[in-house]
Amino acid sequence: MAFVLGGSVIGSFGAVFLKSGALALRRNWSSIIFNWRLAVGIGAYMLSSIFFLKGVSNGELSVLYPMVSLGYICTLAWSRLFFQENITRLKLVGVAMILAGIVFLGYGKQ
Amino acid sequence: MDSVTVSPDIELLHAQQRRRSVLIVVACTVMGAIAQVFIKLGANHLAHASLVATFWSIFTVPTLFLGYCLYGIFAVLMVYALRHGELSILYPVIALTFVWVSILSAMIFHEAMNPMKICGIAVIVAGVAVLGWGSRN
Repeated sequence: MAFVLGGSVIGSFGAVFLKSGALALRRNWSSIIFNWRLAVGIGAYMLSSIFFLKGVSNGELSVLYPMVSLGYICTLAWSRLFFQENITRLKLVGVAMILAGIVFLGYGKQ
Repeated sequence: MDSVTVSPDIELLHAQQRRRSVLIVVACTVMGAIAQVFIKLGANHLAHASLVATFWSIFTVPTLFLGYCLYGIFAVLMVYALRHGELSILYPVIALTFVWVSILSAMIFHEAMNPMKICGIAVIVAGVAVLGWGSRN
């Protein structure tokens, strides 16, 4: 369970680095190859998926699924903090529905 | 959204780019789900492996390798989408992966469908639709 929880938080940070790396891209190869933000983002994603793989191969899905969704809430906070994105009511409703759906799915898989 | 200083044409282009980003991420989730099916096929081998052993298995177990290759393509497309789209919309859309995985597991692993799962799938799809709608303005 700790693996999955850690994995989802690391994954949400990975998304932040991917986004900032994507913004730094220009039309030349060096901006892709020497883009440390992209590298960190992809590294964080890989790490989080290894954590998931480890967690899912041992644990109960109905508990693990809601843990995954914690990453979505983190990402909402990061995108406001780092990219000044508006958190509109529509976004909150959408994310809340997705969270509810994931909880349902987790219970359904029990 | 502050559109006071931006011309209407640019604003329209940005709206189109944002919508296209959402569609790209939706395509990504299909690929991610297929990747997860492969990873699931491979993960059955490593119930009690250590974290390091789990890492090396990506290169030695073919189904795991294929799954992670798909994740590589997923990452490239995600970066492309994130360039023009909002993180706060695109990241939650990745939850659609759960939907495809549930449908694929029912088809491939013959996991039983039940009202709870169907309800979950419906609510996630509706939530993503709300986000997609929200990305227009």
